[in-house]
Amino acid sequence: MHDGIGRPTVAVWKFASCDGCQLSLLSAEDELLRIAEEVHIAYFLEATREVVEGPYDLSLVEGSITTPDDAERIRHVRDISTTLITIGACATAGGIQALRNFGDLDAFRSLVYARPEVVASLADSTAIAEHVPVDLELRGCPIETDQLVEVISAVLAGRKPVTPTHSVCVECKLRGNVCVAVADGTPCLGPVTQAGCGARCPAFARGCYGCFGPTESPNPASLSAWLEEQFGVDHPELLRLYRTFNADAPAFRSESRRHEEVAP
Amino acid sequence: MSHTHDRRISVEALARLEGEGAMHVQVTDGTVERVELSIYEPPRYFEALLRGRTYLEPPDITARICGICPVAYQLSAINAIESLCVTPGSGRDRGLQVPDGIRQLRRLLYCGEWIESHVLHVFMLHAPDFLGYQGSIEMAADHRELVETALRMRKAGNQLLEVIGGRAIHPINVRVGGFHRAPTRGELDALVDELTWSRDAAIETVRVVAGFTFPDYDQDPTYVALRPEAGSGPVGATDYPLEGGRVVSTTGLDIPVEDWPEHFHEEHLPHSTALHGRMRGGGTYLVGPTARFNLNADRLPDELLELATEVGCSPPVTNPFRSIVVRAIETVYALDEALRLIAAYERPEVPAVPVVAVAGVGHGATEAPRGILYHRYELDADGLITDGVIVPPTSQNQPAIEEDLLGFVQSHLHLDDERLQWQCEQAIRNYDPCISCSTHFLDLTVDRR
Repeated sequence: MHDGIGRPTVAVWKFASCDGCQLSLLSAEDELLRIAEEVHIAYFLEATREVVEGPYDLSLVEGSITTPDDAERIRHVRDISTTLITIGACATAGGIQALRNFGDLDAFRSLVYARPEVVASLADSTAIAEHVPVDLELRGCPIETDQLVEVISAVLAGRKPVTPTHSVCVECKLRGNVCVAVADGTPCLGPVTQAGCGARCPAFARGCYGCFGPTESPNPASLSAWLEEQFGVDHPELLRLYRTFNADAPAFRSESRRHEEVAP
Repeated sequence: MSHTHDRRISVEALARLEGEGAMHVQVTDGTVERVELSIYEPPRYFEALLRGRTYLEPPDITARICGICPVAYQLSAINAIESLCVTPGSGRDRGLQVPDGIRQLRRLLYCGEWIESHVLHVFMLHAPDFLGYQGSIEMAADHRELVETALRMRKAGNQLLEVIGGRAIHPINVRVGGFHRAPTRGELDALVDELTWSRDAAIETVRVVAGFTFPDYDQDPTYVALRPEAGSGPVGATDYPLEGGRVVSTTGLDIPVEDWPEHFHEEHLPHSTALHGRMRGGGTYLVGPTARFNLNADRLPDELLELATEVGCSPPVTNPFRSIVVRAIETVYALDEALRLIAAYERPEVPAVPVVAVAGVGHGATEAPRGILYHRYELDADGLITDGVIVPPTSQNQPAIEEDLLGFVQSHLHLDDERLQWQCEQAIRNYDPCISCSTHFLDLTVDRR
């Protein structure tokens, strides 16, 4: 599978997504040319016409599964990939387009398209791991370039990548941010959201909105109760807070459903 | 043209675009009968999933339509929504007024996106076609300095996005009413050295790309672009269109953005999940750098227009392959404009003005790197969205790209299949189509009978 001069082959795949996560690879301005020396970028349509046939040592998969054809295509990608890593909230949790999982697809389709019958879509937008085994998930909407570089380096070296699983709150403390929830009463998902972004939003005086999805063993019900008691955040607002870019990640999904039930 | 009988060219995927699609060309007895640019990028139904969300959410949600031009989505959404907002106690019925410092930051942020997106397209997506490489990584083997220059310029644009937007891809700092936090003068001053280096590199880029060999091909489409009122920008700004303006065309149209629905509409055709934009009355039209340049060249600073003339790129530009030169000129503009805005920056007293929503229908448009991006929202009395319409540049360009390809293939049938296919791909890349946006990669089939 290695290329003629012994470099591992890498493929980059796109499913339903905005291109932002694969753009993160092109945005690794300081590392891109080094990476391209260490690995053979064998399939990366956003960057090159050259297509080297698989199988591939490493596949990076962006996007969620939303059409019958894509549900087939991801199985093929898995078959020809030694290591498969999902990149971003779409591939890892269904993305913003998974908001349709909470609604009625036919209604959505008729709203956007005059001839809905010619548009093939699955009822739900689903994560890659719901279709094929995934070796590693990289979170974020979008992913962080330094985490992508770390993961590629780790796979090349045959070691486990260092990607934190603690919450954004820990990153805020490390960065020395003032807590926007405690100090300003701003609704913040930091306590239940996985680290990785370096607490970008609180550093800009804004509440975390959950780009990296739920952390390990989160307690969103406790966070919701506190936001409600302390700051009067109501159920519709809590529902919307959990229902964005990682809406279909299990911990966020069940919490937003709970507020659906109690919302007037 | 008998040699074209029974030939069939097919390519699985057209590369160096943002998104997924296919192109089908049907040639019978030497006549191109039909060209379809078919976009099969899976639909994501943004307009439907915005219903029931609050008026504060479209900037973050619609940014996710496109990882290359999220700021365009954020600022078009903001224009539409702020036309329906007021600051309590301001005495206005509708239409939010924001202070100059916030307007400076918005235009500066947009300059960052133009730099990042244009440099990506000029060097990494389009230049390999002219220099005969499969992609920029292959190109780097022979032209390392060129690619390193591109990466450094892109980084300057991305840093501008990071400092003002809080993140280069899907900025987190943009909100209805302004920003969550306004950068300090020192934070912006720290960007000046790299922006200045990049401006000089961009001027050199204009000269390099203007020296490329362009396929012989001219066209005369209707161009549509925004055009701001002279002197309407924030302090430090010049008047080339970016974050707003009236809608003007080379056929004499001159309307405010709220009249958009009366003049433009979208059709749904079976071969594409992107809707096709048309002018009422049926005509196709083009938006993007060439449209902006042809309609607003008088708004460019004199020295930039002199540079354009020096390299043989005076307006109007009629060969779509020269769009790469226009993109390079606009890159110089965006870098210069960023430096002017930083020099004039006055940090606003508050990062955002207070806002409340007013029920009604709001329209907004800005110039995304690829052309006009129009948003419309209908809000109820609680500030919840009851309807949304988003018209991205690539949907508007798709019918005109098809017409353009038809003409191009017809006049280039003498080329062998491989050469013709590559030049067709290159012709599509002239428009820097963003297919993730319009669905809404390309798979090219030329069927010669």
